[in-house]
Amino acid sequence: MILRGVGLSVRYPGAPRAALDRVTCDVMPGRLLAVVGPNGSGKSTLLRALLGLVDLEDGAVSLKGRPLATWRRAEIATVLGVVSQREEVLFPLGVEETVLMARYARLGPLAPAGPADRAAVRSALERCDAWSLRQRRTETLSGGEWQRVRVARALAQEPEALLLDEPTVALDVRHEMEVFELVRALTEGGLGALVITHHLNLAARYADALLLLDQGRTVAHGAPREVLREDILSSVFGWPVAVAPWRDGSPQLVPLRPGETPTR
Amino acid sequence: MTTRHWVALISAAVLALVAGLLFGAVDVSGHALVGALTGALTGDAALVRTLRMPRVLLAFLVGGALAVSGASLQALVRNPLADPYLVGLSGGAGLGAVLAIALHFGGPWAVPLAAFLGALAAVAVVYRLSVVAGRRLDPHILLLGGVVVGAFAGSLMSAVITLAAASELRSAMLWLLGGFGMASWPAVAVFAVYAGVPLVVLLVSARGLDLLTLGEENAQHLGADVEVLKRRVYLSVAALTGAAVAVSGVIGFVGLVVPHVIRRWGGPLHRQLLPAAFLAGGCFLVAADLLARTAFRPLELPVGVVTALIGVPVFALQLRRSLA
Repeated sequence: MILRGVGLSVRYPGAPRAALDRVTCDVMPGRLLAVVGPNGSGKSTLLRALLGLVDLEDGAVSLKGRPLATWRRAEIATVLGVVSQREEVLFPLGVEETVLMARYARLGPLAPAGPADRAAVRSALERCDAWSLRQRRTETLSGGEWQRVRVARALAQEPEALLLDEPTVALDVRHEMEVFELVRALTEGGLGALVITHHLNLAARYADALLLLDQGRTVAHGAPREVLREDILSSVFGWPVAVAPWRDGSPQLVPLRPGETPTR
Repeated sequence: MTTRHWVALISAAVLALVAGLLFGAVDVSGHALVGALTGALTGDAALVRTLRMPRVLLAFLVGGALAVSGASLQALVRNPLADPYLVGLSGGAGLGAVLAIALHFGGPWAVPLAAFLGALAAVAVVYRLSVVAGRRLDPHILLLGGVVVGAFAGSLMSAVITLAAASELRSAMLWLLGGFGMASWPAVAVFAVYAGVPLVVLLVSARGLDLLTLGEENAQHLGADVEVLKRRVYLSVAALTGAAVAVSGVIGFVGLVVPHVIRRWGGPLHRQLLPAAFLAGGCFLVAADLLARTAFRPLELPVGVVTALIGVPVFALQLRRSLA
């Protein structure tokens, strides 16, 4: 177990209901957990809670068996690599320089980057198929390239788990697939992963387990075929859907038009 | 920043310092300069040693401090157009100084001290405004609150100036426009010792500043303790700028233009940006002061006027080029 949140509840000041209500989840080595749910269901709040970035009303987070609160931020960054939803480039940087920032947590304020750091950067860029971009500047990258570089930066932290918040937003099919393939390959290599996504169909194909949230609560948690069921999804998303297995057996969802029925 | 860049910067710094010592209301010979450096206290050498040397050194230190403050502040508020004077300091410092002048506080340190206290008061108000929900320092409020507090202090200052006697009014105006006419060895010593601490704090925070430019959330993910970092940076910037205003009045654009140019030149990573900006800011202000002293000699322009006259066009050009 790398990261474990038990009974996590979060209430933002002045909000009528809890943003997160007794949610439990685990990030385990070699496993890919997809967190899904409608907008405002608490997915990003769950991520922030797991990272200790919001106050918990209830529940506890532990990182490698130790309460998260006893970890310093720089220590957390050596275990968890996070790719956030947004990152605006303020001052244009080289790709290699931006990935090298992953090493700051290990280097502290003064130590110069050494061979081990360069090697980590290179290996991370290579694993993300971004080594050829190393001389480029971040503002010249396409959306897909930029996302690969950001995943590479998280990898260069040499973490035990990757947490990604909607990593394929604004990416086309190919780049979307590349990101999921990459994360899957990394988990095959032993890394733990948590991916927040709106892509139920891709989540069904790539994830070992799904956590479906609605209004801050856990609706379903388990293998894709236990979670992606017509009745559950239609009620959570407020729109009728049909679910049918793809060739690999993973449940795939088709939203229905008015008048259509899920029967085959 | 390559080795060539550093050599160029250091050479420029030495050149600026030497030119600053040689030229002025009266130009002195190289011989007198060597005399002054080796401790002679007669004729031109005495002039250089007692007046020009402290002036040039103070201009260099203040220019460096302002450029480092500007670079750090821009990362903190994530806005490349932030100037240290925008965070309310100049208004507070100006009010303090003008009050000291109007109330006839005596002694060579009365005005600088009052300016420094005014700056600290403004910083305290802006800081208090910017701490949201009891613990989060909001950089946006920091910037906007700074503008508001600065404007408020500015209007109070105008009121004081209006009510003051004419002779006081002129000295207050001149002080506000910035200058090193009052520079002395004690002022250099006090500023150097004092500014050392925040400068070192900012330098040690360089990697944190790199991370802050990615946004607070991303900085946290990469291991920065952002609340501690933001406070440390803001208070260091405030301490540096407050002291700069105290010894030299209000000098704008150094903190805005210098970091901008250095970033285009050597990239935005702060471990190199901050020391490079210190050198370049020092050069820039020594050169501006030299121009202020010599352009209409024996009259002196306020150095703040010169920095604005150079800084605005340079900045406008850079802005155009970065958009192109």
